[in-house]
Amino acid sequence: MFNHRHALLILISLLGLAGLSLGGSLLAGSIQVSLEDWLALLRGEAPSMATQVILELRLPRALAGFACGGLLALAGALMQVLLRNPLADPYVLGISGGAGVGALGAILLGLGSLGIDALAFCGALGALFLVFGLARGDGSWTQTRLLLTGVIVSAGCGALIALMLSLAPEAKLRGMLFWLMGDLSQAATPWGALLFLGAALLLSLPFARELNLLSRGQETAQTLGVAVGRLRLLIYFIAALATAAAVTTAGSIGFIGLLVPHLVRLAMGNDQRLLLPASVLAGGALLMGADTLARTIIAPEQLPVGVLTALLGVPLFLFLLSRTGGRP
Amino acid sequence: MSLLLETRNLSVQLGSRQICRELSLQLSAGERLVILGRNGAGKSTLLSTLAGLRPSSGGQVLLQGKSYEELGARSAALQRGWLGQHQDNAFASSVLETVLTGRHPHLGRWQWEGPEENRIARQALEDVGLQGFAERDVQTLSGGERQRLAIATLLTQQAPLMLLDEPLTHLDLNHQIAVLELLAQQARAGTALIMVLHDPGLAWRYGDRALLMYGDGQIELGDCSQLLTAERLSRLYGHPLLQMEQDGRLAFIPA
Repeated sequence: MFNHRHALLILISLLGLAGLSLGGSLLAGSIQVSLEDWLALLRGEAPSMATQVILELRLPRALAGFACGGLLALAGALMQVLLRNPLADPYVLGISGGAGVGALGAILLGLGSLGIDALAFCGALGALFLVFGLARGDGSWTQTRLLLTGVIVSAGCGALIALMLSLAPEAKLRGMLFWLMGDLSQAATPWGALLFLGAALLLSLPFARELNLLSRGQETAQTLGVAVGRLRLLIYFIAALATAAAVTTAGSIGFIGLLVPHLVRLAMGNDQRLLLPASVLAGGALLMGADTLARTIIAPEQLPVGVLTALLGVPLFLFLLSRTGGRP
Repeated sequence: MSLLLETRNLSVQLGSRQICRELSLQLSAGERLVILGRNGAGKSTLLSTLAGLRPSSGGQVLLQGKSYEELGARSAALQRGWLGQHQDNAFASSVLETVLTGRHPHLGRWQWEGPEENRIARQALEDVGLQGFAERDVQTLSGGERQRLAIATLLTQQAPLMLLDEPLTHLDLNHQIAVLELLAQQARAGTALIMVLHDPGLAWRYGDRALLMYGDGQIELGDCSQLLTAERLSRLYGHPLLQMEQDGRLAFIPA
């Protein structure tokens, strides 16, 4: 596994997969785009109806899907190392719960999509700092304490969400449920999420080898030359902010953050130098593909993409797990 | 002889209990110090304080004249290696990947392990008798094999000072001696060793100096040949011990 060329090859094929997924999501849909339209688009001529659909509807949505999938997969991979727990996912520390409380609150108040995004992000940040403050309480900041604090904050947010759902008027329920299940049609613009994705990947990659050591235990990592305290702080904030950005853009899409790092790990091992960028590409490609299906399967109706990621991811994961004899 | 480790009036506390009071110790290249004491006497706690893993309650720990704060994690890793009591992995990983982690402090941030790292790692695996295990998954190894893998990783780190917490855990008798011989060979090449051991006979045979910890803050430090007597060890362990001698080697047996 310690081979540049091997790593590069895997990343290039995943990049190809993401490209295919992007192409598919631009082509698929109820409005057919002819070859002439594409050529006109490439020549930069006045946009027709069809090219407008591509540029203004499908492309932003596909890019938002890529960004959210990448963010969730990256956050999941980082959380699994931070907590040294294969079951950790981006939502385990309550960040999606916080965002959910914010978003549902905004929907209840009748705010527009900008208001929903803003309150969701504030909710995510609130949960982030709440968990951080509580878990650091006595300075011990152990994995178990962090995990327990996250689980408790999640449970609290879950209760608030249930309360809001039960108080909400009928007309708003569908929007609230779609938000909770994760839905890319609410993504206004992909640029924020893409920016977060780039920043999170660039910030975490320099520490990839140190993360390999951290996954083997804090004391081992420390004696091998990792400034563990600082690294854990950095990773916590990168993972939490990545989750917050993804959840704000598209709601809490499930399973990507848990499954994709495991899929990548099963396919190519646990070297974070490869795992982190590969998870981003695979997560992005998977979510873009799932979203294309979500809006075409029963068109003109749309399914929440979170349902599809789970339906696609679970059998894929079980297949890989059985093939490798059950090692996580 | 260069001074690799020095403590000045080091005090260590475990909860409210003082396990070590004003310890001043100097360790030079090639020296082997053995720590002995009952369960819970604070041997591991003292060792992890020496490794810079936990703060002391007073005094200083210096590596070649510098404190851990001055050195930073990376420079410290080039000077001291540490073998913990527990080897566990949350994720699957190959034996070779694991042993290569010892090279981390020697590599730049963007540098990947090259042929030289591979050579050092495979040599270390051979030294502990794990040749042919390189591609095995760590999670399929037995307890003793994991322990030897951890020792190979420590060797790969090539630190001039090695701190070993119970290096013989899970090892059968032949591997216990093989590991101690391997460490003795490292010491002859100039590595300083501090080992927590449980067998005073092996401590006598493979140590130069001994540190006896009584658990109440009382500590004795001296040459193994003088310090390790049946009378003193009986007091240390709170159980009478018999001393046997055969072919110039000592063994201590519970009476």
